[in-house]
Amino acid sequence: MKLLYFAWVKDRIGLSEETVSLPEQVTTISELLDWLSSRGENYASAINEGKTVRIAVNQNYAPEDRSITDGDEIALFPPVTGG
Amino acid sequence: MIRVQSEDFDFGAEIKALSRDNHQIGGLCSFVGLVRDIHPDAENQAMTLEHYPGMTEKMLEEIEQEAQTRWPLEASLIIHRFGRLEPGDQIVLVATASRHREAAFESCHFLMDWLKTKAPFWKLEEVDGKGEWVEARDSDDKATRKWQQ
Repeated sequence: MKLLYFAWVKDRIGLSEETVSLPEQVTTISELLDWLSSRGENYASAINEGKTVRIAVNQNYAPEDRSITDGDEIALFPPVTGG
Repeated sequence: MIRVQSEDFDFGAEIKALSRDNHQIGGLCSFVGLVRDIHPDAENQAMTLEHYPGMTEKMLEEIEQEAQTRWPLEASLIIHRFGRLEPGDQIVLVATASRHREAAFESCHFLMDWLKTKAPFWKLEEVDGKGEWVEARDSDDKATRKWQQ
């Protein structure tokens, strides 16, 4: 699975993107966030920051109960501030 | 039409091009967002816009499509820049054109409000070498919600 990180999520994790293999028990976004948080303090601090991280699956906003598969492109980022 | 680019745009030329070949247009409304000088005492300040290539274009197209569904538009244009900008620089242009003014005014306002909470851009403010990500504002969420009734 391709993971992309933007803005302060990227800064905290220390990566702009990575490819990971999902453990079998990870089938939803919410499970993905829990699994990522367990990978290190950098992930935990980015993901749990005020619960404000937004998620996109294949370039569409998605809720946390959305199911995911290894072929998806998932992006984690803060609330947007363009315009 | 939507464009995501790092280079500046010529406001006058864009507006003229939008209405030139369509004489059904009776009114055109536009909005330009600019980088403000928020730290007048700083020696150096800049605003860097990061975005999510691919999703940005997709969201802007969806937002534009939504406006065209809600109002009878003859033409519309969204240009959003990314990269490093300085106070006074143009960030975004939204323009809508219709037969009558109400649709142009309302849809232009709608596009800006929706874009601010849906298009994946993030502003990094740099003041004298120190960078800080701009926080999203509740008032922007409220502005988006008022169009959802």
